[in-house]
Amino acid sequence: MIDLSTRIGAVTLANPIMPASGTFTEDLADVFDLGTLGAHVLKTFTAEPRTGNPTPRVCDLAAGMMNAIGIPSKGLDHFLTTALPYWARYDVPLVVSISAHSYDDFARLATAISVPGVAVIEANISCPNIEADGRAFAVHADSTARVVEKLRAATDLPLWVKLSPNTGEPAEVSRAAEAAGADALVVANTILGLAIDVNTRQPRLGNVMGGVSGPAIKPIALRMAYQAARATRIPVIGCGGISNLTDVLEYLIAGCTAVQVGTATFQSPTTMQRILAELPVWMASHGITRLDQIIGTLREPVDSHLGVALAS
Amino acid sequence: MALIAPLGQDRPEGRFRPRCAEALARVLSNTPVNGEYRLLTLDAPPEVLDCKPGQFFQLLCPVTDADAPFLRRPMSIYGYDAALGQLQFLYKVTGAGTRGLATLQPDDSLNVLGPLGQGFAMPDEWQNLLLVARGVGLATLAPLARAAQGKGRSLTAICSVRAPELAMSVDLFRSYGAEVIVVSDHDGSSAPAAVQQLIEARIAEGRVDAFYTCGSSRLLRMLQDIGARHGIPGEIALEQQMACGIGMCQACVRPFREGDAIVHRRVCREGPVFTLEETVA
Repeated sequence: MIDLSTRIGAVTLANPIMPASGTFTEDLADVFDLGTLGAHVLKTFTAEPRTGNPTPRVCDLAAGMMNAIGIPSKGLDHFLTTALPYWARYDVPLVVSISAHSYDDFARLATAISVPGVAVIEANISCPNIEADGRAFAVHADSTARVVEKLRAATDLPLWVKLSPNTGEPAEVSRAAEAAGADALVVANTILGLAIDVNTRQPRLGNVMGGVSGPAIKPIALRMAYQAARATRIPVIGCGGISNLTDVLEYLIAGCTAVQVGTATFQSPTTMQRILAELPVWMASHGITRLDQIIGTLREPVDSHLGVALAS
Repeated sequence: MALIAPLGQDRPEGRFRPRCAEALARVLSNTPVNGEYRLLTLDAPPEVLDCKPGQFFQLLCPVTDADAPFLRRPMSIYGYDAALGQLQFLYKVTGAGTRGLATLQPDDSLNVLGPLGQGFAMPDEWQNLLLVARGVGLATLAPLARAAQGKGRSLTAICSVRAPELAMSVDLFRSYGAEVIVVSDHDGSSAPAAVQQLIEARIAEGRVDAFYTCGSSRLLRMLQDIGARHGIPGEIALEQQMACGIGMCQACVRPFREGDAIVHRRVCREGPVFTLEETVA
């Protein structure tokens, strides 16, 4: 009766709720059945093992948090021999997030993980901690186009490209990723920030700068997801500050075909479970049977072009 | 000092449960026990009460007019009793999270996540136990002392404090059959050399099979040194800033020795209890 399934290119998900990369490991299976999720999105890894950033790696903010974990990675071999067999126990599409320092390393890693059991490659071209000064491929359209072209040539798997809110040209970056062969966009990632302890005058993170996430950034990520959905014809997966059903509905109405829940799981590990229970109840009470009756149904002002111009 | 009795630790065996649960607990009482510490007693559902000594909870501390903590705060368990359905935390108000906890009134609800992490080991060959803790650290060891009594182990607790009136739970540890030695900064008896002498004297009498400690790097280094010289093992419960508390975020990693290598481990998941030997002070 209520159909929660959603299509993202060639991949059909049983429901639109999945974790955001970096906020999800097998440890969450201690809290609820991970088989209920629409997809499993693993923490970004790099080909070579990395230890990550010095502590403190997180700090508390008003309505959110900031992290500079630094992508500690057990490397490609660990992924192939340990992580991949573990996730095979679930009949849930496995989305594998990768990152690299250079275009060619990115492409090589994409090829190396294009193996049975991997449903989707999510290219994290937006993690602000990796590149010097927090810069990332996803900040500009030309570097986005170049890395996505390399990735597209390196794998036949569906390719989701995770964009960054740390760009002044979201529509151009979105279009560049689409033109270069992305199957979907994940919008967005954390926003580069800084917090200082005024007593010690030290930065509150060991890495000095970090990525802000949580409810505090939701309007920004939602705005960018909306821009990406308007600028392209490929599916957009919303990500940023989602912690309850209303947040999910906002992203769907803005044009997203699915959503990722991240920081909220840190605060409340049952968040996705709760949203999954509430979504069909809400749909039933509104006489809605399919997600496409919600997705992209934003009622903009009649002169929408002017409305957007005034709002920005 | 008033007897602050933490709750017992009956553990129903042989029943499957998720490893931890997020649950709403009801505040029964939340009262100061001296100038610095408060005791929070909760009416908690059974799914969070299958606890082991050394485990901890992640508390979603209340948002108040003054503070809006976003992340949970890790807190070691002071007492638990599945039969009574109660859970206790002993805490000192130090920041936004604990300031919020201090505002809780009876019948308020508190969102708790737990029990989390790996607890203390107590193999059969550890018959004579020496607990060494600084300040509120003794609270982390209270459930362990209770378990040690249940297993008929001999127990000595050295409690290091700034001033003697702050020594927590001394009567309680005595009620568990422990010999309690309070050392304080006030009279200099907590100085490393003095504490070391105290411990070495007991070792000389053959009265120490294992150490347990928590929190303090200074005590850790001392026990590692003494343990290495006398071949005495031990465990430490560590604290580290956390975000998720269940192993996902990688925020709480610390370096540990593994053979000749230094590896990162998560305090929330592989710990918070580690061997003295592997812990890097």
